[in-house]
Amino acid sequence: MLTKEQIAKRISKEIKHGQYINLGIGIPTLVANYIPSKIEVVLQSENGLLGIGPFPKEMDVDPDLINAGKQTISIIPGSSIFDSAQSFAMIRGGHVDLTILGAMEVSEFGDIANWKIPGKMVKGMGGAMDLVSSAKNIIVAMQHCSKDGQSKLLPTCTLPITGIRCVKKIVTDLAVLEINPSGGFVLLERAPGVTIEEIKLKTAGNLIVPNQVLEINLD
Amino acid sequence: MIQKTVKSAEEAVADISDGAKLMMGGFGLCGIPENCIQALLKKEVQALTIISNNAGVDNFGIGLFLKKRMVKKMISSYVGENAEFERQLLSGEIEVDLVPQGTLAERIRAGGAGIPAFYTPAGVGTEVAFGKETRTFDGKQFLLETGLTADFALIKAWKGDTAGNLIFKGTAMNFNPIMATAGKITIAEVEELVPAGGLNPNEIHTPGIFVQRIFQGKGYEKRIENRTVSF
Repeated sequence: MLTKEQIAKRISKEIKHGQYINLGIGIPTLVANYIPSKIEVVLQSENGLLGIGPFPKEMDVDPDLINAGKQTISIIPGSSIFDSAQSFAMIRGGHVDLTILGAMEVSEFGDIANWKIPGKMVKGMGGAMDLVSSAKNIIVAMQHCSKDGQSKLLPTCTLPITGIRCVKKIVTDLAVLEINPSGGFVLLERAPGVTIEEIKLKTAGNLIVPNQVLEINLD
Repeated sequence: MIQKTVKSAEEAVADISDGAKLMMGGFGLCGIPENCIQALLKKEVQALTIISNNAGVDNFGIGLFLKKRMVKKMISSYVGENAEFERQLLSGEIEVDLVPQGTLAERIRAGGAGIPAFYTPAGVGTEVAFGKETRTFDGKQFLLETGLTADFALIKAWKGDTAGNLIFKGTAMNFNPIMATAGKITIAEVEELVPAGGLNPNEIHTPGIFVQRIFQGKGYEKRIENRTVSF
């Protein structure tokens, strides 16, 4: 099984030189720590920044510089600042190459639910619906099962959905999976020490197992 | 130049009355109009409709309005971080219209630009689409969303001049420039107010035509929600 950090590290291998990337809150934020130094990318924050840098030193904290998770941040040379409408023009217009976000459920057709639990959590969708409806490539980072052991990879989402047919790839603590355009989770890689049987057992949606399933490489 | 200066936050908000529809700039607590919030708290206006990306936290920002039950309806994209808000929402004391963040931004931009409605892909197939017209362009579905305007837009900038021109700083910009365009009366509070001519015209983010009142704010707290540092 992969830790959150290992999920982030595995996702970092999907990143290509020159990409503009939006990272969601949680595990996706950790991905920034594993981007190889030879690969240059620009991180977008939907509150109006291209070029997120590392968290600042205590003495450099600026309340006027935060990310979409409201954390204090720094900016890198070459960064730019813009208003919220322009920020979502970048997102909606397909100028952001890759979106990495967390999810509560993903369906075998690539539908995603990550914003609301009726009667329990009504915080709002923030920018998630805009991101998933327009991103060219969406990777989901999440645990394979919920805290009470229920599979989060389902035939159809049971929670209110954030977007339809948008997820391309999922990296969980157990596996790397791809959405088959005509339905189903294609098992690409399994975590070290995790069997295909266990993944089958913990995937409620249709799992497609190709002849060869590699072990996730974390080097 | 037309002079837009008022003496204080109290004077700027003097004609905001019960039932007003307000836009309030800021993302979380970053770039919120702290002085106007304090002035409205003193006035204790009631039944406000507030268009703002967030609802503040329990004891700062719009959260202070919620504590005094000044808000009838919020139009926002994300209202977490506020226990009192969640309580009022679940008990039905307050109405909330949750709007995807990019749709909210574009509705405000459109409202300020005289565009009554536009199509967007955000929310297709979700509960956001309920009751909305959909249309297919190039094989992809879109929702019809309407532009938003407000009686007053309360915004915060870094620098401004007496003609109402504004410059923002960092991610405190966020919703402020677009809201400036969508208020029937836009009130800008700034950290530094200079005479007309004191700002470089090439660096102005919001032209003065969008601003009706401007004043130099004071005592900014700029509270940080998640202080995150590296060592």
